[in-house]
Amino acid sequence: MKGRTPAAAPAYIVLTLLSVIMLFPFLWMLLSSFKDATQIYEMTLFPANPTMDNFVSLFLSRSSRFPQWFLNSAIVGVATTVSVLFFDSLIGYVLAKFRFPGRRIIFLLIISTLMIPTEMLVIPWYALARALKWVNSYWGIMFPGMISAFGVFLMRQFMGTMPDDLIDAARVDGKGELRIFFAVVLPLAAPALAILAIFNFIGNWNAFLWPLIAVAKPRMFTIPVGLANFSGEAGSNWQAIMTGATVSMLPLVVVFLVFQKQIVKGIAMTGLKG
Amino acid sequence: MKRTRIGISLCMALFLGGAIAGQAADVTITYWQYFYQSKVDLMNDLIQQFEARNPGIKVEQVTFPYESYQQKVAAAVPAGEGPDVINLYYGWLPLWVKSGYIQALPDFNFSSRYLAKTFYPFVAQSVSFGGKNYSVPTAVRTLALIYNKKLFRDAGLDPNAPPRTLDELLTDARRLSKYDTQGNLVQAGLLMQPSGQGHVWIREVLFRQFGATPYSADGRTVTYNSQAGIQAFQWYTDRITKDKVGYPNFSTDDPTAFTAQKAAMNIDGSFRIATLNAVKNLEWGAAELPTYKGIKSNFASFWTNAIVNGVTGAKLDAAVKFLTFLTSPEVQEQWLQKVGELPATPSLSDKFKNDPVISVFLKGLAYAHATSYVDEAGQRAILDDAVDEVNLKKADPAAVLKAAAVKEQKLIDDFWK
Amino acid sequence: MTLAARRAATAYAFLGIPLLFFVGVRLGPMLYMIAMSFTDWGLLRKTLHVVGIANYEAILADPVFLKSLLNTAKYAVFGAPAVIVLSLGIAILLDRLPRGKGVYRLIYVLPYITPLVAVAWVWRWMFQSPPLGIINAAFVSVGLRAHEFLNSPTQALPSILAVNVWVELGYCTIVFLAGMQTIPSSITEAARIDGASGRQLLRWITLPLLRPVIILLAVLEGIQFLRIFTQVYNMSFQALGGPLDSTKSAALYIYQKAFTNFDMGVAASASLVLFVIILAVTLVQLKLFDRKLTY
Repeated sequence: MKGRTPAAAPAYIVLTLLSVIMLFPFLWMLLSSFKDATQIYEMTLFPANPTMDNFVSLFLSRSSRFPQWFLNSAIVGVATTVSVLFFDSLIGYVLAKFRFPGRRIIFLLIISTLMIPTEMLVIPWYALARALKWVNSYWGIMFPGMISAFGVFLMRQFMGTMPDDLIDAARVDGKGELRIFFAVVLPLAAPALAILAIFNFIGNWNAFLWPLIAVAKPRMFTIPVGLANFSGEAGSNWQAIMTGATVSMLPLVVVFLVFQKQIVKGIAMTGLKG
Repeated sequence: MKRTRIGISLCMALFLGGAIAGQAADVTITYWQYFYQSKVDLMNDLIQQFEARNPGIKVEQVTFPYESYQQKVAAAVPAGEGPDVINLYYGWLPLWVKSGYIQALPDFNFSSRYLAKTFYPFVAQSVSFGGKNYSVPTAVRTLALIYNKKLFRDAGLDPNAPPRTLDELLTDARRLSKYDTQGNLVQAGLLMQPSGQGHVWIREVLFRQFGATPYSADGRTVTYNSQAGIQAFQWYTDRITKDKVGYPNFSTDDPTAFTAQKAAMNIDGSFRIATLNAVKNLEWGAAELPTYKGIKSNFASFWTNAIVNGVTGAKLDAAVKFLTFLTSPEVQEQWLQKVGELPATPSLSDKFKNDPVISVFLKGLAYAHATSYVDEAGQRAILDDAVDEVNLKKADPAAVLKAAAVKEQKLIDDFWK
Repeated sequence: MTLAARRAATAYAFLGIPLLFFVGVRLGPMLYMIAMSFTDWGLLRKTLHVVGIANYEAILADPVFLKSLLNTAKYAVFGAPAVIVLSLGIAILLDRLPRGKGVYRLIYVLPYITPLVAVAWVWRWMFQSPPLGIINAAFVSVGLRAHEFLNSPTQALPSILAVNVWVELGYCTIVFLAGMQTIPSSITEAARIDGASGRQLLRWITLPLLRPVIILLAVLEGIQFLRIFTQVYNMSFQALGGPLDSTKSAALYIYQKAFTNFDMGVAASASLVLFVIILAVTLVQLKLFDRKLTY
């Protein structure tokens, strides 16, 4: 047998070294959250006297708004995800399974909105939110994210590959269209829904630009906006920043570990056509 | 009999009506200030005291991060979503008055004579526009040289003899600076942070000490672009480029560096007192700003309270009462104790003449100047960038200062157009 | 009503709210922005006037805007290729592993799913100058000189760029890996039997077949870097895009014009310029690389 598969050993070495670069910042962040106000400025990797002070002050101190921010991020993340799951799958289903005039144009219209950068839209969104008094409310943070064009694309692709027989059978049985959607289509789309849900939640949890603009009152901040506020006129509270950053990652790490397969599959799906 | 019954019914009706009307007369006013822990905590206390004394008035405090405070106000007030009483930096007064955000205070409660009698001269001057007064402060602030006593001792300097002249400052700063094996600064002898208080140290202190006046009397002309001004500016930048006793953003920013005890000295404001006292294991002291050629100067500024435009009727009355309360002697004293900012009424300072830290700041007030800003953030950025140009791009200080003067003059001219 | 008509009616009924959403939240605002870019719309002004192309003239004459465009170009021109080349390399290496692919994949994708703000602040903390920064501490301990990183007008942009590359690596690696897995093994086997070396395999089989993936990632990452905002905001002092505007991206400029100066009209014109640039770069890339692959 001529020709050889390249050796794996050098690959392992390079990849492991790279892993160190990928993981080190997280390690540093995690360890820093156990250092108090004096230790944080010392140049050691591990804290000499690890302490839970930062976590206590972040969560239990009367003046800390962090728990509120955590709640805000959770509410926004869950609400938008539920909305996206419902609407994107409905739109994807209609565009994939229904034949009607204008179907193509509508799909292209929706996809074309992907080209418009958010940076451009935040200004009119802000004007809209001000006019309708949505500033400093959950709705104000959430409204641009209630339906996702990318999710529509994903769902349409997926539903396009779904067999029609179950749907047709339900129609023959005389079931209403909406009922068919909930009883037949959604269950079949579960794998795609899972991916959409995970990515949407992660995206919303991490969002920065629009929440930064949409809320002025510290009580309504989401975690990313709150984190950015730990540095200011009174100096930079590094131990709070590192601790806040660590905590902000925890839900995502959990989601990540539980749904690894879906996350990897979801990323792969975006890169390949259908 | 019948008349008595009618009489009793009438009385009850009046009584009930009065009670209901009294309930309806519960006025709520909103107060905005920027978020600084000690201020927020004290304000909550003060509000309780005020409400106890003024049943029927409720005050709601809302705070915003300092960085975005002005933006939030600029967005909310014109839209009618602003507060009733608002706290602002005195340097923003020209812009806010011009944009119509705040209204003139009633002459009955806050006449010019009252202001001149009650507050420092630079306060009375800064709050008056077109013959009307727009705002009153609880506290004022000045600069001092703050220093780390432990680091002084470690360097062999007497912690009770901080530098008194610029030359002594320089010598001490050199001695207090520490470097690692490669020559990187690891302990700053003197923090150099223009975006902190550095720019006002240059603006109202160094310029004057070297013989230049920063602005004309009416504040509309930039006059620091002179030989003396250049020397002052260069004195500042030389400490960064030649002596390397500190540089902008060393250890993130100057409060962080000082509280982390990576810096021996800093020029900072009295508002930092409470924060520094709260840091564990930090032994610090304050000294009057170093003199030069025998000239003393200081920069005074203040956060002040105003009433938002459009507030009328019962809310206006409540707002005036709240303002009067906020600027009363007892509140000023509480403010000094809990926040560390100096009373805006000169006579109240007498009690604190012997406090080692507060007395230092108080002395500075006697010879302090307050810049008449038109755009504090913009003017600060100009000097800040100027220092960066010299430090990061090795530009010539004289040329940089000239360019900065031109930029600032344009900013001021555009405002008054 | 015919069946087809009834179907169409149902479809439109279901699509009603979503379409309203897309028009109201995406398309409408964009048209609004285009219109507003020709006015002096500002939150501090009480009146509105049409000013023609005055805003565009103003920003094109503003050295800060031009600098931000240059910075944005640098981010994209250096960042996107870097991510693609590095992640392709990683994917190739990963593909060789008989075991452990999954673990590495997960490690590399961790930065991608982390809040960008958290990532930005951790790196900002690590980039600090002595005595606080760990990277410089490591440099000094091995005898290298300390670097100013985010404090230097020449090093700050590359530092932020490197962090963004670090973030995007995992995503691109996974996409490449998935792409490589779609290459039929029959082709690779045949090539090996014919005596092709690893390098030849790469050059003549793998890369050409991965071409659509490379193009897709080039477009996606290009757009990503052109829009860079969060890292610049959180890694520059007081979110100013300094030192001396050396890291300011076009998106940050737009944000400052809109939400610090409240000059919405000017911000609108700047955002339109950015949008046109993104559109142009995307279309050019697609056109340039759109050659049919036959074999």
